[in-house]
Amino acid sequence: MQVVMQATMDFVKQYWVPLVCGLVIVAVLPLIVGYVVLVERKIMADMQARLGPMRVGPHGLLQPIADAVKLLIKEDIIPEDADKLVFWLAPVLSVAAALLAIAGLAIGPVFQIAKDINIGILFVVGVSAMGIFGIVLGGWASNSHYSLIGALRSSAQLVSYETAAGMALVCGLLFAGTLNITSIVQAQYDQGIWFGLLAPVAFFTYLVASIAETNRAPFDLPEAESELVAGYMTEFSGFRWSLYFLAEYTNMIVVASVATTLFLGGWLRPFPRTHWLNFIDFLPPLLMVGVGAYCVMRTPKQPARVQQMFMLAVAGMCFAVAVVLAAPVLVPIVKPSLALAVKPYYDGILGGFWFIFKVSLYIYFFMWLRFTLPRYRFDQLMRLGWHFLIPLSIINVLLIGIAMIVGQYLNWSGWMLLLATIPASIIALIVALFILATEQKSEPQKASGAAPDSYA
Amino acid sequence: MLDQVIFYLFAAIAVVSAILTVTRRNVVHSAIFLITALLATAGIFLQLRAEFLFIVQIILYVGGIMVLFVFVIMLVNLDVAVRQLQFARQKWVALLISLALAAQVGLMLWSTGKMPGQGVPVLAAAPVDKLPLNSEAVAESLFKTYLLPFEIASVLLLVAMIGAVVMAKKKT
Repeated sequence: MQVVMQATMDFVKQYWVPLVCGLVIVAVLPLIVGYVVLVERKIMADMQARLGPMRVGPHGLLQPIADAVKLLIKEDIIPEDADKLVFWLAPVLSVAAALLAIAGLAIGPVFQIAKDINIGILFVVGVSAMGIFGIVLGGWASNSHYSLIGALRSSAQLVSYETAAGMALVCGLLFAGTLNITSIVQAQYDQGIWFGLLAPVAFFTYLVASIAETNRAPFDLPEAESELVAGYMTEFSGFRWSLYFLAEYTNMIVVASVATTLFLGGWLRPFPRTHWLNFIDFLPPLLMVGVGAYCVMRTPKQPARVQQMFMLAVAGMCFAVAVVLAAPVLVPIVKPSLALAVKPYYDGILGGFWFIFKVSLYIYFFMWLRFTLPRYRFDQLMRLGWHFLIPLSIINVLLIGIAMIVGQYLNWSGWMLLLATIPASIIALIVALFILATEQKSEPQKASGAAPDSYA
Repeated sequence: MLDQVIFYLFAAIAVVSAILTVTRRNVVHSAIFLITALLATAGIFLQLRAEFLFIVQIILYVGGIMVLFVFVIMLVNLDVAVRQLQFARQKWVALLISLALAAQVGLMLWSTGKMPGQGVPVLAAAPVDKLPLNSEAVAESLFKTYLLPFEIASVLLLVAMIGAVVMAKKKT
């Protein structure tokens, strides 16, 4: 007993900073996810010419909290024939994998829980892929046909698309030459170009595969409402259901962060080494001031006094964030002697802003696709994965590798390397399309209307 | 101290879940315990500072192979499997063989002087910052020192894969 106590004390003494950071993430993430859901509903409403949630708080700003309370006090139902233990375990597994993946991510150069792990990006990808067991086991344990079919679809989908996503990551890692997240971003800084521009086809492949892996529309076959009620979540209610929801949105944040780190330059601002573009540093605080000013402008239009106060509070928060963002840029200009002391804050604050900004753009793109494209059929999904994306990504890795050798031979680097990689990407795309076309020609045409797949 | 606690924790989880994998009647439960066993092994890899092996174990075995396992298990009619005989009735032969194996391993450990309590000093742990970066070290040994065996293994796997595709595509 003494031994275990001693060991625990040692552990806490050595690792209290990451432990506290982890606790903060676990505590704050549900709130963030709640607001991502609110933003999604608002964007959906905007695209469909509606207003979206408007009742709770001004413009529905308190809606996530109301939803969370509702989900917490809802009755928790476990089906009688369910496998109780697995049913209990499955949602927890899903959330645990998603949260664990966050630990490997770097939000800006300063904030990273598991600092400088050698396998960096592989850790994030591998651990977040484990969340699939939450879905599969949950679907199985519910002892319901809808759930089981959802679970089967989910596992088939993940296995098919993970290859393509992995190959796309390999492309980016070829340029980076390392798996460590900090070094990957540093490599993009040194070469002065985002790897997403160097390997556009790999970025596209990862984009599509990441949508499929997070089970988002148009690839949300595992939870297709029109066919499967709610897929693997059919039998889950209340808090367990919300755990699945939390896992899904956390996974979205994780894949967006991976893509940002590897393809979109991580926490670097656009053109980080071009000095005459330094005014870009002023854009984040100006953006926040703009949002705050808009809030103030809208205040008189709010119907109730409470709502007006709330709106002003939001505006105040925006101004506060603007001050925080502006401080590390303005201080060196006002007082050049402090420039060196401010540098880490500059990296941390503005780096964090750019990282979160890029992740938000990526997630916005996810939502945009969701409200634009209709859902795929399962055999279409499988065809897209196996006949197009996987050949494309494999050929792309091969050609990008050749392009890199050519670039090395001719001493091209940075933007010059585009001369080699862009033709390589285009050739890869053409070859993959050619393969898809011949594949379709060689397959016998099935009678229309017949279900071609046993578990579709 | 902490290292030992963590090691015995992982080792205990691995051994117990390996036993449970064999003894559970429900196949899905067996699969879950197999996953825990694999994860605990991955944890031991991590403790040995073999980060690359740790994540490869998780990505390939847990994230790839076990997903396929569970996928196949769900397609099988479980009710039939539960009612079938779980173990073959060859207890005595099995006992004899496992005893022989244990004796063999024990003899080998004894002859090389690695049994616990034989007074052989354990190797001192290498300082963490002196170790080569793990994934780089793995890459060096795979693509430089053992390039030929690695390529042969890759070709073998490729042949197996193409063979599987050909067999699956054959019209019966």
